[in-house]
Amino acid sequence: MSVTVKIPTPLRRLTQGKDKVAVEGEDVKLLIESLDKAHPGIRDRLCDETGALRHFVNIYVNGEDIRYLGGVTTKLKTGDEVSIVPAVAGGE
Amino acid sequence: MTTATKGPALTPAQVRRYSRHIIMPQVGSVGQRKLLDARVLVVGAGGLGSPVALYLALAGVGTLGIVDFDVVDVTNLQRQILHKDSAVGKRKVISAMETLKEHNPEVNIEAHEYPLNSDNAMDVIPKYDIIVNGADNFATRYLVNDAAYFAKKPLVDGSILIFDGQATTYLPGKGCYRCLFPEPPPPGEVPSCAEAGVIGALPGLVGSIQSLETIKIILGIGETLSSRLLLINALNMEFTEVKVRRNPKCVLCGDKPSVTRLIDYEVFCGVAPERALVG
Repeated sequence: MSVTVKIPTPLRRLTQGKDKVAVEGEDVKLLIESLDKAHPGIRDRLCDETGALRHFVNIYVNGEDIRYLGGVTTKLKTGDEVSIVPAVAGGE
Repeated sequence: MTTATKGPALTPAQVRRYSRHIIMPQVGSVGQRKLLDARVLVVGAGGLGSPVALYLALAGVGTLGIVDFDVVDVTNLQRQILHKDSAVGKRKVISAMETLKEHNPEVNIEAHEYPLNSDNAMDVIPKYDIIVNGADNFATRYLVNDAAYFAKKPLVDGSILIFDGQATTYLPGKGCYRCLFPEPPPPGEVPSCAEAGVIGALPGLVGSIQSLETIKIILGIGETLSSRLLLINALNMEFTEVKVRRNPKCVLCGDKPSVTRLIDYEVFCGVAPERALVG
């Protein structure tokens, strides 16, 4: 089962510049683990030390915020599109 | 703003200047008068604030407030289209006013040359119909969000970094920046444009979207980005949308709010005051 994850620019140095990566994972938590295995360091950018999603990074499954789905236990299926969206303050 | 406009009839010169608007059924002379009557506050006269202010001035938005305390630096010129090479060293609000007046002398510009903070935000924001955010730091973004919510004003938001852009519109009662991002990142976690760079044309794209959102709200036409966050990947020219929902647990606009007045945003964002300013 493969899910496409869209990687925002600030995290692409962890994905060798790739803006989309395909990873396995039955739910968002397992997907983050797969992502971190393939691209070490990415989990720490998304989750705090307790494993909870950081409050300034959102994860969307097919455009819906996982906070309104099942959080990190949100189930995934083949073909789902996952977007990682960090808060960005730039306007200058 | 969808109600009938109170202002005077258009002059022959205005009919000619805004003819490409007036000929459109979505605008017409009534819509153009709404634009001429409108008061919009642009926070920041930088990358985003430049195209926002310029397009709104060209559109005939009657009064533009501009908040910025900074001076024009040579590193601004790669993207900040309000400021010219000859303006380096000049106060940004003055440079902005000169450029905007050159483009459209009719527009009334209100310069707010000070850092927006908890003490002055509620003196400024309630005086405008719509707030457009072009701030360059989290402290100002949360401040503007909270003040716009308290003043019940639409907030047209945009942000940029490297090749990525984000844009959305917060209409009163339909979610806010805190619903999207409940907390700011720790200082240093997310780089600024100064630290990571920004491609010069990107603020033009995001700022144009913010201008269009503002114009649509004034005219009461179309669908805004309310409840939607537009994500722009300019490197691959991909546009994606994700949903923005009002969070019932939001500390500001939720069912049991705990933030009931403006707070100390420098403390909230963990930054020293000099970094928590509009620029």
